[in-house]
Amino acid sequence: MKRRTLLTAAAAASALTLGLAAPSFAQDKTKVGFIYVGPVGDGGWTYEHNQGRLAVEEHFGDAVETIYQENVPEGADAERAITQMALSGADLIFTTSFGYMDPTINVAAKFPDVKFEHATGYKTADNVGVYSARFYEGRAVQGTIAGMMTKSNKVGYIGSFPIPEVIRGINSAYLHAKKVNPDVEFSVVWAYTWFDPAKEADAAQALIDQGADVILQHTDSTAPQAAAQKAGNVITFGQASDMGEYAPLPRVSSIIDNWAPYYIARVQAVMDGTWESDNTWDGIGAGMVGIGEITDAVPEDVKAAAVEVMNSIADGSYEPFTGPINKQDGSVWLAEGETADDGTLAGMNFYVEGLTGEIPQ
Amino acid sequence: MDFGGINPVILLASLMVASTPILLAALGEMVTEKSGVLNLGVEGMMIFGAVCGFIAAVETGSPTLGFVAAALGGMALSMLFAVLTQIFLTTQVPAGLALTLMGLGLASLLGQNYVGIKPPSLPDLHVPLLQDIPILGPILFQHDAVVYLSLLSVVAIWAFLKFTRAGLVLRAVGENHAAAHALGYKVKLVRFAAIGFGGAMAGLGGAYISLVRVPQWTDGITAGIGWIALAIVVFASWRAGRVLIGAYLFGGITVLQLNLQAAGAKVPVELLSMSPFLATILVLVVISARRHGASNAPAMLGRIFHSS
Repeated sequence: MKRRTLLTAAAAASALTLGLAAPSFAQDKTKVGFIYVGPVGDGGWTYEHNQGRLAVEEHFGDAVETIYQENVPEGADAERAITQMALSGADLIFTTSFGYMDPTINVAAKFPDVKFEHATGYKTADNVGVYSARFYEGRAVQGTIAGMMTKSNKVGYIGSFPIPEVIRGINSAYLHAKKVNPDVEFSVVWAYTWFDPAKEADAAQALIDQGADVILQHTDSTAPQAAAQKAGNVITFGQASDMGEYAPLPRVSSIIDNWAPYYIARVQAVMDGTWESDNTWDGIGAGMVGIGEITDAVPEDVKAAAVEVMNSIADGSYEPFTGPINKQDGSVWLAEGETADDGTLAGMNFYVEGLTGEIPQ
Repeated sequence: MDFGGINPVILLASLMVASTPILLAALGEMVTEKSGVLNLGVEGMMIFGAVCGFIAAVETGSPTLGFVAAALGGMALSMLFAVLTQIFLTTQVPAGLALTLMGLGLASLLGQNYVGIKPPSLPDLHVPLLQDIPILGPILFQHDAVVYLSLLSVVAIWAFLKFTRAGLVLRAVGENHAAAHALGYKVKLVRFAAIGFGGAMAGLGGAYISLVRVPQWTDGITAGIGWIALAIVVFASWRAGRVLIGAYLFGGITVLQLNLQAAGAKVPVELLSMSPFLATILVLVVISARRHGASNAPAMLGRIFHSS
């Protein structure tokens, strides 16, 4: 957003002048920047990253200064925003959307002394680490509930962009819905946006019109929840954030991203001078993915099944992608008992057997 | 009655809902531009209207009051633009852009305590008798009052500009403000009124998103729809009827492509996603090209009037 840009530009200017007057002055605080794809009030993805930022502020108090920029488009403009943030004296910058991957790498090459952390991507450099959460573990829980609760056997799924993270979620949800309900069908709608409430509401409405009575979303706003509430008899799941204001119906559970512990640890590492490029990918067990309260709208047996899936993933006794699993074209992906390796998961670009439709390339 | 797995009746009905915000905002902007003023602040006025309408509707429990507040809010913000451009003679393009930024920021500030609240719902106004017509009834006559209002505005604005003296004055101001001024017309007054009308319509359009289409408040809820409205005015070559076509095409194809995806149509998703933009531009360019399209722009569009 331009308003924020102005502020950062102003901050950059003042940092420059301050720097000239008193070179050591700016070094006192560790400056941490955040690049957001949506507004902090989206109630979902960006909201949770901002909660992480606030936790950093609270944890370190005066020792850190955080800055952030909202609504940064993915693509070329992101490079400008990240550059500006690096110029303004940030020591550590979190870029919190998949589409910032190449811009982050490009900017990082120009600022070797600044540390970068890119969320959900896979490209690293000496000063670029990546981190993500195993959302697909949460999708397994959602899929179980969705499969058991759908009456029309049609589950609608609002996808944002056809990237591995989203495809993993679709596959995981489908596999676990299928496990408890062999008749279940998924329709996927690609919204090609992370955040556009009106479009997300329309997408949810289109799926409901097509007979779906469960809506899973991989977009950031609470609009699909509102659409489901209006339609009645449709259940949804909070995405990225609890979206508890729509409980107990339509929202029956949620995936909650908890970035705070990771952000605090990484800021600490920069302060201590121990920061190194890393590749962190934590799930339910480590607490990076939380499962929001399963409401009373869910029958006891369904709830018990969902909790069992959740616990077995958390204690490591069960992997959501455990064979036998075939790819959509019928070829074998995982043999009986085999589990997926992180490399395949990180680059997943295929549907599993049973899903219809094609992934846009 | 299904067509490729899609029920056309439901589709057309939701098409009208999806198109209404764009239609309202584009109509307002068209009138503003007809008076020779280019207000790029549509997005800002829309989102400001959306938040004002949402707050008023939640606090009073009346969606009607919500829409009134939205119109007033949009108008209030547009008056800021009017003062800047008409009294202080600021250039209109940056003033409009500033208005958008300000509207987005103000709305985000005002809406902070309203995230996650459900607004009172606007009842559907079923037109007696007509709503019972098979097929046409559910498509056309079972909507809420604002949809009808938006359609009536198309006719009203067209008639106002074409047949009334006031409409003629407004067009005269937009075509040649010096001549209109020489004839004794109050150029600034006319433009103030046109800007205010544009703001009110944009506010209504915004509130339709936050109160009906999405029903909730979220930061950035308009997500760029104001810019689409601006573009539609140009492609519709400043004619009310074509604005209607443009808005319905855009809104309609947006809904259609999502429905096609949900129904599992074998069309590449990339093509579907860009189809609203492509189709709208294509159709409006074709109809405008036949009869002096771009030259239809008000001659004084964006020019500063200085009564010396």
